[in-house]
Amino acid sequence: MKLTEIINPQNVVYKKPRLMNDRPMHYCPGCSHGVIHKLIAEVVDEMGLEEKTIGIAPVGCAVFAYNYLDIDWQEAAHGRAPALATAVKRLNPDKMVFTYQGDGDLAAIGTAETIHACNRGENIVIVFVNNAIYGMTGGQMAPTTLLGMATATCPYGRNAELNGYPLKISELLALLDGTCLVTRQAVHTAAAIRKAQKTLRKAFENSMAGKGTSVVEFVSTCASGWKMTPEQANRWMSENMFRKYPLGELKDI
Amino acid sequence: MKEEIKLMKGNEAVAHAAIRYGADGYFGYPITPQSEIMETLMEEKPWETSGMVVIQAESEVAAINMVYGGAACGKRVMTSSSSPGISLKQEGISYMAGAELPALIVNVMRGGPGLGTIQPSQADYFQTVKGGGHGDYRLITLAPNSVQEMADHVALGFDLAFKYNNPAMILSDGVIGQMMEKVILPEQKPRKTEAEIRREQPWATLGKTKDRRPNIITSLELDPAAMERNNIRFQEKYKKIEENEALYEALSCEDAEYLIVAFGSMARISQKVTEMAREEGMKVGLFRPITLWPFPKKQLKEYGKKVKGILTVELNAGQMVEDVRLAVECAVPVHYFGRLGGIVPTPDEVFGELKKLCK
Repeated sequence: MKLTEIINPQNVVYKKPRLMNDRPMHYCPGCSHGVIHKLIAEVVDEMGLEEKTIGIAPVGCAVFAYNYLDIDWQEAAHGRAPALATAVKRLNPDKMVFTYQGDGDLAAIGTAETIHACNRGENIVIVFVNNAIYGMTGGQMAPTTLLGMATATCPYGRNAELNGYPLKISELLALLDGTCLVTRQAVHTAAAIRKAQKTLRKAFENSMAGKGTSVVEFVSTCASGWKMTPEQANRWMSENMFRKYPLGELKDI
Repeated sequence: MKEEIKLMKGNEAVAHAAIRYGADGYFGYPITPQSEIMETLMEEKPWETSGMVVIQAESEVAAINMVYGGAACGKRVMTSSSSPGISLKQEGISYMAGAELPALIVNVMRGGPGLGTIQPSQADYFQTVKGGGHGDYRLITLAPNSVQEMADHVALGFDLAFKYNNPAMILSDGVIGQMMEKVILPEQKPRKTEAEIRREQPWATLGKTKDRRPNIITSLELDPAAMERNNIRFQEKYKKIEENEALYEALSCEDAEYLIVAFGSMARISQKVTEMAREEGMKVGLFRPITLWPFPKKQLKEYGKKVKGILTVELNAGQMVEDVRLAVECAVPVHYFGRLGGIVPTPDEVFGELKKLCK
């Protein structure tokens, strides 16, 4: 059997998304970012929004998100992505605008920008990747770091007296009148990935329908920052992260 | 809207001029003494006429980053604030300089440091023309001395920003922002269409069409060799701006034996002082830089060769005086007079200082 006989359209069950660029990723093995990028690429393509989509990249591990998705991008200062997205969408109401932010970017330095963009009900999607650690700068404590979890800046474990508590920012955002969808997803199993993609598509549809701000949190792993193998990290996430950050819809109207 | 003559505050003139220029967006946060800019825009509701977007942001930091987002779409966007708020905007200004984004920022200066006072000051001169934010960058800086120039500099600032893909600042002060004068407002220009922006700003992030690669607006470049090349490109651009865009006004300078150098509100007071001096037979002229960066140093150097002395008059502890000394290359003595903390000197007070110099 020749190769061309095997690779024909009816036999293809999976392929690289059309909008993913063909270049090696800088993410560590086992990192959730690659899968989440792929989901965005597929949703943008499925919805035919390639020429209308503007992504806002954060500061953090996903700072180079713009290298991987074949769409227009703006690179924001740390935490400011929702402010950029606000202006982009208000000035171009027919465009699809999303931010892609980590826990430090969204829930520490950018808390004000996040809350106020959501409270204004900006018609944008906020993709929030929560791995409870600062990956890019070398594994420091994040606002979402769990109590007892050791990082470079809480080497003896996060201690409530010294460091405060893990911030459940999505619960907070769900309280705001401007948000229409606040959901917590994960990409650690095939089933979770399929579910996350459906939810992400709904968020993008909300945006284009002008329903308000959609926040899609992805509880994620950081195998390098957590000093685990990818497999251990997935297990640790399921056993610990999901307890503090349970998956599911926090708000869907 | 046709050309119109109106009586209004400098701050109000900025708002009307922005609408009439065809600006796409304004993003601001209230702070005295410039809140009339956003108040006027909200009252005028330009989103119902020209289509201009106006947003009251949650902070100066958010406002300048909204400007970054809008500018990255190739839109004519602006913000305004006063000194403490401008300090907060330095992050965004540095990022826009690094990403080579055109935008207009208005600073109606008040006295500092810190929360300081709400009274007029020119103490942000260094912050504006020497840096302010991090990194090697320059900000095109315009210094209006009247309500008319507050309006005119909106168009000039946007035009220069888009000519060079660089942020521009109108560096005004509480006197110019709050005083009322006659102003001629230009007729309404249409806003640029998306097709025009895609043609004129091909780098704009308006969605990737099939005929081009993705546009990416960023100030980040981790490869030091590439980052050095970026910096060299910026410096070449700044050199071109210095060569081509310096603006100034010279009043009674041709036969002058002494020069006053002043900008903004202090140039208005100094204009009165030169008139008082001429009445007493003293040959005094006023050199007024209109662009503070680029500083009109070549032109000032020529006048410096002809006079016996120079007095700079500033609402600060002596900031522009350094650039004046550099411009005249110490060929003549350069003195400074100023008041601090929100005090504005009277013409008599300045004239007294001038007389000491001319003795």
